[in-house]
Amino acid sequence: MNDPIITINGLNKTYKGGFQALSHVDLTIQRGEIFALLGPNGAGKTTLISVVCGLVTPSEGEVLVDGYDNVTDYRQARERIGLVPQELTNEAFETVWNTVSFSRGLFGKAPDPAHIESVLKSLALWEKRDNRLITLSGGMKRRVLIAKALSHEPRILFLDEPTAGVDVELRREMWQVVRELRDNGVTIILTTHYIEEAEEMADRIGVINNGEIVLVEDKQALMRKLGSKQLTLYLNEPLEALPASLDHPELSLSAEGYELIYTYDGHQEEDGHGIPTLLTALEREGITFKDLHTRQSSLEDIFVDLVRA
Amino acid sequence: MNLYPVRAIYMAEMARTRRTLLQSIVSPVISTSLYFVVFGAAIGSRISEVNGVSYGAFIVPGLIMLMLLTQSVSNASFGIFFPKFSGSIYELLSAPISHLEIVLGYVGAAASKSILLGLIILATSGFFVPLEVAHPLWMLTFLVLTAVTFSLLGFIIGIWAEGFDRLQLVPLLVITPLTFLGGSFYSIDMLPPFWQGVTLLNPVVYLVSGFRWSFYGISDVSLGASVAMIGLFLAACLATIGWIFRTGYRLKP
Repeated sequence: MNDPIITINGLNKTYKGGFQALSHVDLTIQRGEIFALLGPNGAGKTTLISVVCGLVTPSEGEVLVDGYDNVTDYRQARERIGLVPQELTNEAFETVWNTVSFSRGLFGKAPDPAHIESVLKSLALWEKRDNRLITLSGGMKRRVLIAKALSHEPRILFLDEPTAGVDVELRREMWQVVRELRDNGVTIILTTHYIEEAEEMADRIGVINNGEIVLVEDKQALMRKLGSKQLTLYLNEPLEALPASLDHPELSLSAEGYELIYTYDGHQEEDGHGIPTLLTALEREGITFKDLHTRQSSLEDIFVDLVRA
Repeated sequence: MNLYPVRAIYMAEMARTRRTLLQSIVSPVISTSLYFVVFGAAIGSRISEVNGVSYGAFIVPGLIMLMLLTQSVSNASFGIFFPKFSGSIYELLSAPISHLEIVLGYVGAAASKSILLGLIILATSGFFVPLEVAHPLWMLTFLVLTAVTFSLLGFIIGIWAEGFDRLQLVPLLVITPLTFLGGSFYSIDMLPPFWQGVTLLNPVVYLVSGFRWSFYGISDVSLGASVAMIGLFLAACLATIGWIFRTGYRLKP
């Protein structure tokens, strides 16, 4: 698949105080994908989104949205984008219906009550349409922000920490909404602190740290490439030390010799050297076990390793 | 130009006026009526005519101008400041909307409210004093130009202000004193020569004078000077707003 909808070339952003928030960022987002941008606090995630959406002026570089430069062809570029910001920012005294309709008008679209109704229903906001925003819960306000972003039928949706402070049930409902949007052809770019969120939803993962993109990878490939696995064998008899034939860096003892831990990655498994070889060696040495447990490192582990590196 | 965003901003701002009717319309009308009672009836009865016009009628243009200036600045500054304060300005800045369209929406709504308010005050004054408007077209021209110019000034203040205190600073410490000292309640002929000279440095004098001329055909300065002053002020505000959008001053980091 090579059908870029956003192309970022050589983006730099240095704020007035001298803080460099983005450094030589090159990034391509493919049409129709869910792209998760991960990074610790202050890594530059929000600055990157803000530059693409026109909220922050870049110091250098260019952003093309569906082929349109977001500075010189800002109308064409921006009308394709919907943004759900991190903060719950709303006109407190407006009704849900009015504020979502306002957003559609602001983005240059003719009034379309049927579309607004459809958006509100898809986000379970229809019953609240005449409520003033100040009376809504935090989760509902978050949905209103999504409704506002979808009011003008964008082809690209930026979700900046979309489920921050949202309970588990609502988070899962939002994930469902995002998947439905993707199924309808909307490209989704989300930033998140919740690795689980990226692991659950993203097609590709980008990691940003200190303003630099340190990795962009297909999620499954990333998990395969960097994810390590661990097999723990609970031995019948404790071992004081590993026999010479098992003395490899991947093997270690713990729990006073009652647990044998084997750490390996996807490649060893594919090459046919992994667990079968170990089990044969154990049998040869007369080492028996009563139980076993396997664990695969999560995206969170991978992320922490990358950022620390 | 796309008129949908302009309409969206304009209607949202006018809706805010309807929600705050008491503060937006009723309050200025009541305070103006009090000016009529105090200056027009109580004090005015002891003052003879000014340039052939009864004192009560003489102060009508000045009072309208006082409300027009303060309300234009206040409406427009609050209109753009509030989204900045609440954070919802992200939507405005990320929308496919030109700078001109943003200004038309916010300043158009603020000026509309002020013009409406000016006309309501004009009608209210009819209950207190006999009114005549010698040059109605000029009166409307001054009304519209002043409302637009000071709404532009308010828009600038709304962008400049970083807190509610600064939002009130210019209207309270600059606009109101200049209006009070700008011939709203007196003709500058009534001042000693030195203070007449000082007063001519006050730009509001030209606005009040021109507006009063449209009512009664009397003025402190020439009509040309009044028109030139408001034109100058309008151009300065437009240039400042152009600079704000070009540089992203207090809008975009």
